[in-house]
Amino acid sequence: MSISSNQTLRFQTAHDSTVASLEGVTKNYGAVQALRQVDFRVRAGEVVALLGPNGAGKTTAVKLLLGLMQPNSGRVRVFWGDPTNPENRTRTGAMLQVGRVPETLRVREHVDLFSTYYRAPMAPSEILAAAGLEKLQDRKFGELSGGQKQRVLFALAICGDPDLLFLDEPTVGLDVEARRMLWDQIRQLVDRGKTVLLTTHYLQEADALADRIAVIHEGAIIAQGTPAEIKAKTSGKRIRCITRLDITSILQIAGVIAAKDDREAIEIHTGDAEFVVRELLARDATLSGLEISSAGLEEAFLALTQDSVRNGNQKELH
Amino acid sequence: MSTATIALSNAHIERSARHAATIYLKEAKYEFLKNLRLRVYTASVLSFPLMFYVLFGLVLNAKEAIGQTSVPTYLIATYGTFGVMGASLFGTAAGLASDRGLGWLQVKRASPMPPFAYFWAKVITSMAFSSIIVVALFILGISFGGVRMPILQFARLMGTLVAGSLPFSAMGLALGYFTGPNSAPPTINLIYLPMSFCSGLWVPFMFLPKVVRHVALALPPYHLSQLALGVVGAGTHESSVTHWEVLLAFTLICLGVARIGFQRDQEKMYG
Repeated sequence: MSISSNQTLRFQTAHDSTVASLEGVTKNYGAVQALRQVDFRVRAGEVVALLGPNGAGKTTAVKLLLGLMQPNSGRVRVFWGDPTNPENRTRTGAMLQVGRVPETLRVREHVDLFSTYYRAPMAPSEILAAAGLEKLQDRKFGELSGGQKQRVLFALAICGDPDLLFLDEPTVGLDVEARRMLWDQIRQLVDRGKTVLLTTHYLQEADALADRIAVIHEGAIIAQGTPAEIKAKTSGKRIRCITRLDITSILQIAGVIAAKDDREAIEIHTGDAEFVVRELLARDATLSGLEISSAGLEEAFLALTQDSVRNGNQKELH
Repeated sequence: MSTATIALSNAHIERSARHAATIYLKEAKYEFLKNLRLRVYTASVLSFPLMFYVLFGLVLNAKEAIGQTSVPTYLIATYGTFGVMGASLFGTAAGLASDRGLGWLQVKRASPMPPFAYFWAKVITSMAFSSIIVVALFILGISFGGVRMPILQFARLMGTLVAGSLPFSAMGLALGYFTGPNSAPPTINLIYLPMSFCSGLWVPFMFLPKVVRHVALALPPYHLSQLALGVVGAGTHESSVTHWEVLLAFTLICLGVARIGFQRDQEKMYG
């Protein structure tokens, strides 16, 4: 009997390694469209970052995948079944954004209670170690700092030793040190073969942790790929120079994505630095202080979202 | 082989049952600890009925009697009702409204916790605090108010009051679904304090104005206090069956309202 169920599992894995998916999902909150026809997959063993600004629909996507709400149309699948299936819930863990956690319970008590929900939880000492909470286990939740609180929520997400983890903005509001600490803990988890979907509006975080990034903006996925691909899509460069040219005329140069005043200089984002520099020099002989650098993910992201806005506008025009 | 399969599935069922029992036990244990350490809860819920009892039952009127019943005995029934009502309303509504409004309930719902365990823990904790209040009233009454009663009568009074936690827990669940984290406590007070007064929990029923006595007939705490008073021989003339029926109907209505809230939440949007 156990052999046949293993075979089924292998069969499904061989055909489709997707462990969680949104298929043509639309979700409305009254008149507001939080997700528009979203297709999105998470495959076994990968770390996917859903990257987007606040209000892009990241949390909605996670809550749909957790079965905490229903889509208006489309299909949500987790482990080839309905996300509200109790069996699935024992195989998933979730770290959500919470306004208030019961503050009078101690760290180890929270962990103890959540571990009970699962049939084969990790040992308490293992959970506390994985979340870096050993020294804090006797503290009441209300006595912890922001970073420590996030680590407790992380501990609750992993305590059942789940195969699939949802981390909704795990490091929001944390200082650099606390963020790096949580990143390390997420990486250790990934090393153990877990599948992770994390949402973030920190581009650096997506780059640091994910195998694959899906950029979400205004309820639609506008780009997907490896962090390198996402960056290459814009192959962005940042040009900084002091020039007599004004922003309007610079924006007319082909290949300029954005331009803004930066103190005495002007900062330009472009996908074709060589061409733009040639144009600038040709148009302004007095140009000085020229600097060219690789655009960070921030610029890449800006370019992507502006692209989608531009495309959207074009569609409306036609 | 089939015997082996049956034995295996029996073992499986037994293991699942034991696992479920552990969840329910731990959920209740930590809900109790959580509230016990919550000073807002213990201070208001435990100290008010006990303080009132000491003042009006032991310091001021200890030697008086209402009908055949001594004031310290009479007031165990009424302040007992008051205490049970407060412990149950605050124990369920305040926590539920906060857990719902601030996202904690979502974390629990995303876990494999059986949803019923959450409600069960709140109700059991309310009953536990109700028991603590009633026992404390008895200890005060016996030690300082000359309260004496047969053990069976004591058990009946205790059982009636603690069972009375159920309608108010149901009411608390309904309130918790229709109030927010900040509005829950004042809303509870707004209902709980006037209702206590009108039901004769502070001033004995017969001393209330006639209008108020008419209103009382529609209020659940009136019926619970009359059941408790009936045990110590100080009830009005209605049959206790009527009181139980009213409380049962009230419980079912509240559970119905709570269910509407529960379903509304399932469909409602969040952030």
